[in-house]
Amino acid sequence: MNIISANKLSLHYGDFQALRDIDLDVPAREITALIGPSGCGKSTFLRTLNRMNDLIPGVKITGEITYHGEDIYAPQVDVTALRKSIGMVFQKPNPFPMSIYDNISYGPKLHASLSKSELNDLVERSLHGAALWDEVKDRLKKSALSLSGGQQQRLCIARALSVSPDVLLMDEPTSALDPASTMKIEELMGQLKQDYTVIIVTHNMQQAARISDKTAFFLTGDLVESGQTDQIFTLPRDKRTEDYITGRFG
Amino acid sequence: MNTKNKRKDIVEKTMQGVFFTLGMVTIIAVVTISAYLVLNGLPAIREIGFFEFLFGQVWRSTGTDPSFGILPFILTSFYGMIGAIIIGVPIGLMTAIFLAKIANPRIAAVVNTAVELLAGIPSVVYGFVGMIVLVPFIQQIALHFFGIPSGANLLSAILVLSVMILPSIISVSRTALVAVPRDYEEASFALGATKMETIFKVSVPSARSGITAGVVLGVGRAIGEAMAVMMVAGNVSNMPELFRPVTFLTTAITRELSYASGLQRQALFSIGLVLFCFIMLINIILNFALKRGHKG
Ligand SMILES: Nc1ncnc2c1ncn2[C@@H]1O[C@H](COP(=O)(O)OP(=O)(O)OP(=O)(O)O)[C@@H](O)[C@H]1O
Ligand SMILES: [Mg+2]
Repeated sequence: MNIISANKLSLHYGDFQALRDIDLDVPAREITALIGPSGCGKSTFLRTLNRMNDLIPGVKITGEITYHGEDIYAPQVDVTALRKSIGMVFQKPNPFPMSIYDNISYGPKLHASLSKSELNDLVERSLHGAALWDEVKDRLKKSALSLSGGQQQRLCIARALSVSPDVLLMDEPTSALDPASTMKIEELMGQLKQDYTVIIVTHNMQQAARISDKTAFFLTGDLVESGQTDQIFTLPRDKRTEDYITGRFG
Repeated sequence: MNTKNKRKDIVEKTMQGVFFTLGMVTIIAVVTISAYLVLNGLPAIREIGFFEFLFGQVWRSTGTDPSFGILPFILTSFYGMIGAIIIGVPIGLMTAIFLAKIANPRIAAVVNTAVELLAGIPSVVYGFVGMIVLVPFIQQIALHFFGIPSGANLLSAILVLSVMILPSIISVSRTALVAVPRDYEEASFALGATKMETIFKVSVPSARSGITAGVVLGVGRAIGEAMAVMMVAGNVSNMPELFRPVTFLTTAITRELSYASGLQRQALFSIGLVLFCFIMLINIILNFALKRGHKG
């Protein structure tokens, strides 16, 4: 079942067209990887899915994106509710300059008034969900900025999980991390797809091949090819896809 | 090659010396001022008595039976500062938020110019406008509601001070708010926060130390201001009340200094010393109070 579908999606930054007629279906409870050379529009596409591009002046979007069959750019859509259901993890770990605990409780407190014990539970559950609990359970009141880069990124994942999203958008979540932290996050994503739909941007072909179920290849604003990951990596239909995944350009 | 290096070395050393000397100038200035104030301020305090001086409620510097109690001035300066903070800080902070996060660039540019102009206005002009516009207006209110026929009072001084501290609060806070990493705000939006939630729960706390600096700067100006206050506060040595003419620590010095002599003159120096300590204390307290709970 497809949870998100883009139909003829185009996006302009002012006069510059960053996405051209993108058609892509994202299956629920799977990991979809977006690959392509730098500047091809992966992040831009990802950010249209939770309407983060609304924050950039001069952005114009045409076409349609549906989430559970509803157009997310329809005028009556509650953008904050949409962003609550479609969480995001950024390329650079960006914990708030607050305690670990406050980082996680920030989101839930926006949407509901929770008791102290409910919040404690939620913080613990979210940190467990991001495989970080054991490492930080004794220092929840410490600043999040005191964590290592890999821990900060998992904290950001925990923070995204804290508002019980449905979909997780991850923009190169491991690009700033060492191999060990990367491994941890990849393992984590394997578990996350039991409960969440994950869309991940990555520059790492092995990573895409290892973890994703579906892969979409972008090139200068076009979606060249999308399909099952095995198929894309073994039998790409388009010559350009083949060149890219075999490292001949990009 | 070798001589070139040597020349570079000499230039390097000389520049270091120059910077060191210039740095020392500041320190020397601070030490000199402090020493001068202490040396000149202490004799009168010793003669009058520490407690009589600080906690005496009557200031009668001339006449046959002089009395040098500066509690009215201390309290006036204190209330004046609190009043200016209560009115000026929220307005200043909101304006800074508006400029940094909400206003479209063209409106922000206009407001910014206004703020810069405000910063450039000399205090005598503030006092002048306060005297001509504000004082008569406050007088109407005082007369109408309280039957007091005076407009030059603590309230007028507070209002003038509130406006005077706006520029430093606005420009320093604005700079701090603009510098908040976009990442933090995006993370907040991505969790489903509204713009206001993001501003007040993420941007403002992240900019806290900059905002503190702005408030401290503004408050420093408010406490140290003499000219404008002199023109609107009434300058009677009353214990402070909102609708009474009052004297601040600063104006207690300026209004008498030109003709004072003997113990009276020395007592004015002592007021200077108290003002100096007062400002130090407020700086320390404000820094502590506003930055607490924001350890990196
Ligand atoms: N805010 C913006 N304003 C104008 N142009 C932008 C903006 N953001 C991105 N672009 C342009 O849109 C194109 C796609 O950018 P995008 O960030 O989506 O690329 P990407 O595929 O994520 O690249 P990378 O792999 O380097 O992150 C680029 O040419 C970029 O210069
Ligand atoms: Mg990108």
